[in-house]
Amino acid sequence: MNEYRILIIGGGPAGMETAYQLKNLGLNPVIIERNDKLGGHLAQWDRLFPSSDSAETLLEKLKDQTKDIEKKLNAKISNITKEGNIFHVTLSNGIKYDAAAIVICTGFDLFKAEKKQEYGYGIYNNVITNAELEDYFKTHNDKRIDEPKRIGFVHCVGSRDVKVNNTYCSKVCCATALKQACEIKDEFPYADVYCFYMDLRMFGKGYEDLYLKAQKDFDIKCVRGRVCEVSENIEGKLVIKAEDTLLGTPMKMTLDLLVLMCGMEKSKSSNEIQKMLNINNNEDGFIETRDNFSGLNLTKEKGVFVAGACTSPKTLPDTIAEARAAAMEVFNYLKVNGQPSLVQ
Amino acid sequence: MDNVDLKLFNKIEALNPDINTCMACGLCTATCTAGNFTDMSFRKIILMLQRGKDKEAIELVKKCMMCGKCMMICSRGINTRNILLSITRIYNEEQNI
Ligand code: SF4
Ligand code: SF4
Ligand code: SF4
Repeated sequence: MNEYRILIIGGGPAGMETAYQLKNLGLNPVIIERNDKLGGHLAQWDRLFPSSDSAETLLEKLKDQTKDIEKKLNAKISNITKEGNIFHVTLSNGIKYDAAAIVICTGFDLFKAEKKQEYGYGIYNNVITNAELEDYFKTHNDKRIDEPKRIGFVHCVGSRDVKVNNTYCSKVCCATALKQACEIKDEFPYADVYCFYMDLRMFGKGYEDLYLKAQKDFDIKCVRGRVCEVSENIEGKLVIKAEDTLLGTPMKMTLDLLVLMCGMEKSKSSNEIQKMLNINNNEDGFIETRDNFSGLNLTKEKGVFVAGACTSPKTLPDTIAEARAAAMEVFNYLKVNGQPSLVQ
Repeated sequence: MDNVDLKLFNKIEALNPDINTCMACGLCTATCTAGNFTDMSFRKIILMLQRGKDKEAIELVKKCMMCGKCMMICSRGINTRNILLSITRIYNEEQNI
């Protein structure tokens, strides 16, 4: 027996791309996914910022790349032990693997909107999340979205906020908000669409163009001020309060639909794996990497690698680039440490 | 900004280093009880002090009702109450000299 497996934990974009690259490098990965299908959050999304490309096209490409790779769906890891450099892994369904390396690709969970009680999610019917709006774009099946004439987007929900213990920026939600704002305006051209932001973080390729397009072609109005609370008036319309900080005056506004831009949090599945592998959190509560520059795919445990949003909020291009880098790190590690077929 | 006098701000800052962490989100102002009928804005008080506009800042502080809502909501967890109290105390001390 001279071939150990490479265990990829999580079948989202990071896991799929890592597995594909490892296979290209001549290694033998297996993807362990807890859900009944691959894709993670990407599978829930309709279009991707900055240019509203189809999420499905990317998903299909990633899936196609992994079609010859072994996958275990509906599977969780129940136990891991290490002997020398080899991990003995047992899955919830009893299957066992001997792995020479593990790549954690457990991604993120979306912030639970109901935790920000003052925004009334789960209380007022017309307060929805970014994920629910994306689902609406996919299915056009959401009774709450009924010819809205005034729509608001709340940035930074569950991010940049000591009150929910998440002080970091989730990185993707400014661009998502402007993308969704344009898309909903496209669907309801008579609607007024407002984005309530603190800073517009439009840093990536094409993001500033999206900002310009939102202003110029879609008449999206960006108001600088964090939404403070949401209530409902007697007509059943939403009333939001904020400070219009550029004018320096408090404001109230009546809306038909409010979209909360929920940020990223470390996923629950990351917690479980971290416990088994004895890996710490970083200061934002995500998985700690060996350093912040050239060790981004490494953990303090030898043979345990990381890729994607399990270590910090990330865009899809970042995630895919990290997955490729992680595959290379695994390859280099195994050349020195133990994959017999690679040691020359 | 070349000739501003930051003496008052520096004293308050020494006691409340968190005064520099405001990110001007506006939550304190949006939620402010006094802000409903005056131009009270905790955020602006910080900014005025940082710019040496002490008189304007003090005028605003006088409108505060000490309800504490701004402290409950602040995105950066700033101890707004302590800051408001130190401004009044330090300013009064200086007046008495
Ligand atoms: S990307 Fe924008 S909306 Fe998201 S947390 Fe950062 S600043 Fe807030
Ligand atoms: S304590 Fe003063 S500044 Fe703060 S919310 Fe109350 S009235 Fe406004
Ligand atoms: S709530 Fe806090 S961070 Fe926001 S503007 Fe007020 S003092 Fe600054």
